[in-house]
Amino acid sequence: MEKNIILAGVGGQGILSVAYVLDNAALDAGYHFKQAEVHGMSQRGGAVQSNLRYADHPIHSDLIPRGEADLILAVEPLEVMRYWHYLKPEGWVVSSAIPYVNIPDYPEMEKLLGELSAFPNIILVDSARLARAAGNMRSQNMVVIGAASILLDFTPEQLLKHVEGLFARKGEKIVAVNRKAFELGRRAAEFFRSLVTSGIDNGQALQLSSALVPESLDALQAPGWADTLKARPEVLEEIAAAGEKVSAGDFARFRA
Amino acid sequence: MKSFPKSGLFQARMTADDGGAVVSQYLGVDMSQEVLLGDEAIGLGAIDAGISGVYAYPGTPSTEIFEFVDRRTKKAGDVHAFWSTNEKVAYEEALGMSWAGRRALVCMKHVGLNVAADAFMNSAVTGTNGGLVLAVADDPGMHSSQNEQDSRYYAQFALIPCLEPKDQQECYEMMFEAFQLSEDLQVPVMIRLVTRIAHSRSAVTTRERRPQNPLRPAKDIHKWTLLPSNARVQYAHLAGKQPEFLRLSEESSHNELKLRGKRGVITCGITENYLLENLPEDHEFSMLSLRQYPIPTEKVRKLVDHVEEILVVEDGYPLVESSLRGLFGLDGVRVRGRLSGELPRTGELNPDLVRQGLGLGERSSAHDPSEEIAKRPPMLCKGCPHDDSFKALTAALSEFEEPQVFSDIGCYTLAALPPLEAIHSCVAMGASIGMAAGAAHAGYHPAVCAIGDSTFAHGGIPPLLSAVQQNIAITVLVLDNDTVGMTGTQRSMATGSTLDRIIEGSGVDPEHIRIIEPLPRKHEENVQVFREELHYKGPSVIIARRPCIEAIKHGVH
Repeated sequence: MEKNIILAGVGGQGILSVAYVLDNAALDAGYHFKQAEVHGMSQRGGAVQSNLRYADHPIHSDLIPRGEADLILAVEPLEVMRYWHYLKPEGWVVSSAIPYVNIPDYPEMEKLLGELSAFPNIILVDSARLARAAGNMRSQNMVVIGAASILLDFTPEQLLKHVEGLFARKGEKIVAVNRKAFELGRRAAEFFRSLVTSGIDNGQALQLSSALVPESLDALQAPGWADTLKARPEVLEEIAAAGEKVSAGDFARFRA
Repeated sequence: MKSFPKSGLFQARMTADDGGAVVSQYLGVDMSQEVLLGDEAIGLGAIDAGISGVYAYPGTPSTEIFEFVDRRTKKAGDVHAFWSTNEKVAYEEALGMSWAGRRALVCMKHVGLNVAADAFMNSAVTGTNGGLVLAVADDPGMHSSQNEQDSRYYAQFALIPCLEPKDQQECYEMMFEAFQLSEDLQVPVMIRLVTRIAHSRSAVTTRERRPQNPLRPAKDIHKWTLLPSNARVQYAHLAGKQPEFLRLSEESSHNELKLRGKRGVITCGITENYLLENLPEDHEFSMLSLRQYPIPTEKVRKLVDHVEEILVVEDGYPLVESSLRGLFGLDGVRVRGRLSGELPRTGELNPDLVRQGLGLGERSSAHDPSEEIAKRPPMLCKGCPHDDSFKALTAALSEFEEPQVFSDIGCYTLAALPPLEAIHSCVAMGASIGMAAGAAHAGYHPAVCAIGDSTFAHGGIPPLLSAVQQNIAITVLVLDNDTVGMTGTQRSMATGSTLDRIIEGSGVDPEHIRIIEPLPRKHEENVQVFREELHYKGPSVIIARRPCIEAIKHGVH
């Protein structure tokens, strides 16, 4: 067993916090691990990545070779592009769909999300909306790790234990916010994947899961939404018009 | 497998409040495990090897060595840890600690060793008393540096042994060996790191801490007094030790020779991992892994005699490769590497480049993005005082034709990039002031330079003194943000009133020492101050004083 994960984002988005949680979960599970990270100049708003590897055997390189990553976990969608060639052909991408625009030549969002959505093994989440629902926009990194948790070798509790450890110093409230961000991220990812396995494409799955009340997302409701969406694609616009008040359980209301 | 090697007796844990370092719970035996960056493993290794002092100036990728030792020993207060003004000072302080019989660790980035080189080179000639280890972190690929010089050349130059760990565990272990070597051989010993090991974490098994040395000042005065008559004796003595250093390299378990097929590979330090990443366990390559220098000639000879070709894999300059190749190459054996083009001549190595060097095919990947991806360079933080300083400077300079500004090393170097594009040089710590003076000598006006408070303390004072003595027309902008920003808000040695008094003491006319507060609302008045000083025909200093917002955010100082 060997798992190679590229963590990607922009300096200040909390990539090293994601690494901390995964490192400790890997350690608890008794795996060997190496985790290379970026310090110094790049942390000032530049592209930041970390290579995290864990295995049941000793690991040689601190860096993941091209085509050997099992997962790219990105807190920012453009950053997926930067490391995509590291992904195994059968590897997965879990990414925030929310751009961090601090450069003048940031690509057109529609095109970027289009390219990401065309990749079958991807989970996209509206990390900003979920983090806001959790209580703090800075918790987007925990939303993404929650979303990725459905693919990882650890139970949510094994990961959450270290989310708590990470924020314990900052008080109970911050711990609760980050726990919630993780849980909302996980549920959004389950909902997203359930839509896709029910025949909805990645782009629409992102749109729908971004439009519903974050706390209401429930994978069990996804097949119902998939049927509704297939019958009436205009439902996405209707939900958008209704604002944030539509819950995952409301799909029947939009059927006809 | 679900249990850790070493039988699951360990429970290592990184603690968030220790910046990723670890508190271990160990059941029963005198050994435990921690999760450490390579830098931190060096720091812990030094503590456990019994140092009494750690000395450094911050510089990526070496900064975390000092920070770890400082953090870990702060409570007990039994290891001297205080940032030094520059690397030369750090080295000399460490040498003094060694002179007094105690063990000292001095750490710096590769270009820092240029600054410390005077003391470093001569300390090999004086020799040491207490163990003295220099941990120097090179930056192949220049992630955060001006060049990618290879410190192994410095070890060779100074005629001292050098150890080059391949992983975090070896970072820790080698500190014990380095201090032992230093005390046995009575010379400083270098540990050479590269960015990729300095800034990568793994679990490290630690052992019991060794007691520190007692105070035991050196008695052999001639050895420490490098008058030519003494220095000749000492230098001959150092030369005489070389066969012993070579013997130790030949016998070192860090220099592993495994003879198999007719294709050979020599790896240095971390590159062994990049090689093995690409090979199955039953591969047919003959391998020599080098992690202790001087280069063990007998082991290399055995490899050369056994193979038809050798690929030399070095994350740095082609030191071993060029030694092997000599001027005319090796008879009967093809030497390949950075000089022959199998590996790139410059830049950081990685498993993919080594794979290419081995002639293996590229691995397939999930997706190759069709277009070039927009770069996301680092930039000044929102609300950074440097931003306001440079906006005012640029506005004041707009009356001159194509004005250029000499600058220095720190966060403010980012002002070279859009949108500011306000500075036009970055060469060496403190170089901005000397270069502005030289340009002024040549008739260039206005000769303007920008330097941070810590960089000024590090290397800016001597060139300012020179400029004042010559009464040359330069305008010096000192960006006093009260910290060393780029490396993570460490303590600055010359900020606030200390900085003011140094500048006054240098002899700059008090009327031409101007203090401004770089804020958007003060833009106009700041531009006016710059204008006035740009027209002054003598040395003037403008201090732009406002604390770093990162430092405020983190509540440091």
